[in-house]
Amino acid sequence: MPILIREQRYHHIKALLARLRLDASARVVVLVEKDGQQIAAHGEVGALDTTSLASLVAGNVAATGGMAKLIGEKEFPTLSHEGDKESIHISVIGRILLVVVFDHRSSLGLVKLRSKQASHELAAAFAEIERESESAGASSNLPFSEITDEEIDSLFVQN
Amino acid sequence: MTFINYASREINCKIVYYGPGLCGKTTNLQHIYDATAPQAKGKLISLATETDRTLFFDFMPLELGTVRGFKTRFHLYTVPGQVFYEASRKLILKGVDGVVFVADSQEERMDANIESLYNLEENLKAHGYDLMKIPYVLQLNKRDLPNVIPMEDLTMELQKKGEPVVEAVASTGVGVFDTLKAVAKQVLTELRRS
Repeated sequence: MPILIREQRYHHIKALLARLRLDASARVVVLVEKDGQQIAAHGEVGALDTTSLASLVAGNVAATGGMAKLIGEKEFPTLSHEGDKESIHISVIGRILLVVVFDHRSSLGLVKLRSKQASHELAAAFAEIERESESAGASSNLPFSEITDEEIDSLFVQN
Repeated sequence: MTFINYASREINCKIVYYGPGLCGKTTNLQHIYDATAPQAKGKLISLATETDRTLFFDFMPLELGTVRGFKTRFHLYTVPGQVFYEASRKLILKGVDGVVFVADSQEERMDANIESLYNLEENLKAHGYDLMKIPYVLQLNKRDLPNVIPMEDLTMELQKKGEPVVEAVASTGVGVFDTLKAVAKQVLTELRRS
């Protein structure tokens, strides 16, 4: 079943990320699905490759989740990587991963606190996305239900 | 897991290249990366050992074009082939939309192909997928080498369900895009069905 993100939901999530970024004095905030797909990003993205970041964050969480299971834990709910100038904090919120990239303008303690405070609203927003995806799938109300073979073929002509 | 974003008008799908160690999974991705225009691709990320064996995965996003006003993006992943990387290999299959099995055509790698294919089925099952139902392509790689098994014999041994079989020499790019097209088409056709 595909995950559908409607415009209104997307803008709601972007607004939540914008608030978190401000509250946490963060550089960039990214929301990622556990399989590695980026849901939304906000902040000083600039040259930051958020697609690759999303994939690596999901891999990182999956690998540490595997380690957790080996030692008898369900999962590690947060991960932090602190660098000289830039740091990353990741919160596992059910099926979504909240990634906060921050520098000297913030601190790990503040980022942890604000991430935790934002997690409930983000989880609720994603639950809505899941619910909408399920009902759209059940009613075959997807944009590609009437896609033709010619349209699919046309994607490969230029490549 | 396909992602459809109405706000950014994008569809994102995940394709995984699977197969035994040294069969050419990373070489497939490397060729796609080298042969694709810069605006259609992202970075090629390789989490490899010092001897260039894939340790965790390779990853590259590829944009194919627009359909019904939506940009279609494929996230291409490889898994580590070596048997002892089983734990990390399994993780990569999470949320997969389509699989390419890259078989090594050399006679001495036949057992490794069979073991890896069995392993693929088991790991898909662990994530709740059925190889017989998901978009899937069999690539017979290294067809340029002298000691290869005839295509008919390999197909008979490795084909699971009448999936497309593509002969390839990934190191020179032969069959690489045909394989990608065959799996991408199935993924998009599946989207229509869902």
